[in-house]
Amino acid sequence: MTCMDAIEVRGLRKTYRGHEAVRGIDLSVARGEVFALLGPNGAGKTTTVEILEGHRRRSGGEARVLGVDPGTGGRAWRARIGVVLQDTDDAADLTVTEMVRHLAGLYPDPRAADEVIELVGLTEKRSSKIRSLSGGQRRRVDVALGIVGRPELLFLDEPTTGFDPAARRQFWDLIRALATEGTTILLTTHYLEEAEALADRLAVLADGRIVAEGTPANLGGRSVAGAKVSWRQDGVARSEQVSDPTELLRKLLDDGADLTTLTVTRPTLEDTYLNLIGAQR
Amino acid sequence: MTALPSTFATGLSRGRVELLMFLRDRTALIFTFAFPAMLLLLFGTIFGDSYDQTGVSASQVYSASMIAYGILSTAFVTMGAGLAMDREDGTLKRLHGTPITATAYLLGKTALVLALSVAEAAVLVLVGVLIFDMPLPDASHWLTFAWLFLLSVIACSLCGVAVSALVRHARTAGAILNVPLVALQFISGVFIHPITQLPGWLITVASFFPVKWMSQGFRYVFLPDSMKTLEAAGQWELGRTALVLGAWCVVGLALCLVTFRWTERDR
Repeated sequence: MTCMDAIEVRGLRKTYRGHEAVRGIDLSVARGEVFALLGPNGAGKTTTVEILEGHRRRSGGEARVLGVDPGTGGRAWRARIGVVLQDTDDAADLTVTEMVRHLAGLYPDPRAADEVIELVGLTEKRSSKIRSLSGGQRRRVDVALGIVGRPELLFLDEPTTGFDPAARRQFWDLIRALATEGTTILLTTHYLEEAEALADRLAVLADGRIVAEGTPANLGGRSVAGAKVSWRQDGVARSEQVSDPTELLRKLLDDGADLTTLTVTRPTLEDTYLNLIGAQR
Repeated sequence: MTALPSTFATGLSRGRVELLMFLRDRTALIFTFAFPAMLLLLFGTIFGDSYDQTGVSASQVYSASMIAYGILSTAFVTMGAGLAMDREDGTLKRLHGTPITATAYLLGKTALVLALSVAEAAVLVLVGVLIFDMPLPDASHWLTFAWLFLLSVIACSLCGVAVSALVRHARTAGAILNVPLVALQFISGVFIHPITQLPGWLITVASFFPVKWMSQGFRYVFLPDSMKTLEAAGQWELGRTALVLGAWCVVGLALCLVTFRWTERDR
C-alpha cells in the first residue's frame, strides 16, 4: 500500500445475518481523484461507503482511509473526512446558516459558514428553515455540511437522487470546483451520465462485487468495442458492426449510398454498464 | 494542525442548538411542557380538599408531588424520545461523521433537559402557589430542593438514554416510554397519596425506582413537617432519598455507556 492513496481497500467483505452484501472488494483511490462507485440499488455501494466512513464495521478484509483504519478512526481522522449521507431529515427547524455554523464549530479549522453557503449556492436561502427547502436545496445543505470542515476526502452517497436536470448540472459544477481545489471525492451514483461527467475513474459494483473498473472512456473495453454503422441503400435499412469504420465509410461514399441516413455509433457507457450488470444477473 | 474544539465547548453549542430546535417545535413544546401543568390543574381541582384534618389541601400535595412527574416527563421522555428521534432522522449519523464526541452530544441533550426541567418545575410551583395557595418554603428547604432537583434530573435523563436503546422506531417511543412513566406515577405517591393506601409489596417495588423518592422529597420541600406521617416510613428519609437517587445516577450512567450507539445496530 502506498501512503499516497486516499483510500486503499483489499478483500472488503460485509455480511448481514448470513447475507453477503459486499463480497471481497479491492479499490484504490488516489489523492485528488474523483472516483465513482456505480451500480444498481442493492449492489452494496452504500454499505461499502459506510464502512469507509466508519459508520459500519466490516466483516473481513483490509481498509485504509487517509492511512487510518476506518473501524478505529478517532476524532482527528474524522476532522479530515467529510460525509454527505443519503436520506437525512435532521435539523429541520434550524436555518441554513444556524446549522452550517453549528457544524463548523465541531471542526478544528472550518471554512467560514457564509463562504460555504455561497459555494453551494444557497446565499438567498441562508435565513430559511431547512424544513422549508426543496429536495435539491436540502441536498446542497448536506454538501455544505460535508465540506465545512475543509475535508481532504469527501464521501458523497447518491448526492443527486431526485434532482431535476438543471439542479443536477449546478451540483456537478460544485463537485468539479471542489475537485479543482484538490479534494479527493468518492461518489456513489446510479446515474451513468453523472459518473461520466464527474469521475476520473469509476468502478461498477454488482451483487457485492466489482465487475469492472476503469475510466469513463475505457470502462468494460468500451474504447475498443468497435462501431456500428447504419444507413439506407435503395430503400433498405442496412447495418454493419466493424472495428474501424473508415474503410466501410469510404466504400459507401463510392457506392453513392444515401448518406443522409448514415449513423456511426459506439456503445454508450449505458450500453456497457447494462451489459456489465446484466452479466451478473 | 489546529486543535480540535473541546468537548465542553461543543457540548454547550449542541445545547444551544437543541434548545433552539425544541422551542421552534410547537408540538413538542405543548405536549412535554404543558401536559404536567394541565394534569396538576385537573387533579388539584377534582380532589379539592381531602386532608382538612392536617390543614393541607390535596391540591397542595399534588402541587408538590407533580414536580417529580414534571421532571420525569421532561428528563426521561425528552431524553428517551429525543435520542430515538435523533437516531431515526439522521442527526446522530450526521454528527458521527464529524469529530464531535459522544459525551459532547449527551452534554448538549442534558443542557436541554436541565433548561426544560427548570422551566417545568417553575410552572408547577407557580400553579401551586397562585392557584392552590401552596406556601413557598424557607431557604434550608430550597437547598434540599436544589440537590433533589439535580439528582432527579440526572438520574431520569440517564435512564432515558438507556431506555432509548430499546426503542427501535421514534414513532413507538412515546408508547414505550409511557409504560414505566405512568406505572411509576401510580405506585410512587404522585397520583395516589397517602402512598400507604397501596399494598405493601407495591410500595416495596416502587421503592426500587427513583420516582417514589423524588415525589417524597418534593413533598418534604413544600409541605409542613407534620405531613411526614402520611409517608410510607412515617419519615421524610432525606438521606435514603439521596442514596437511592445517587445510585440511579451511577446505574444510569453505566447503562448509558454500555447502550449508547451512534447508529442502529448492524443487522
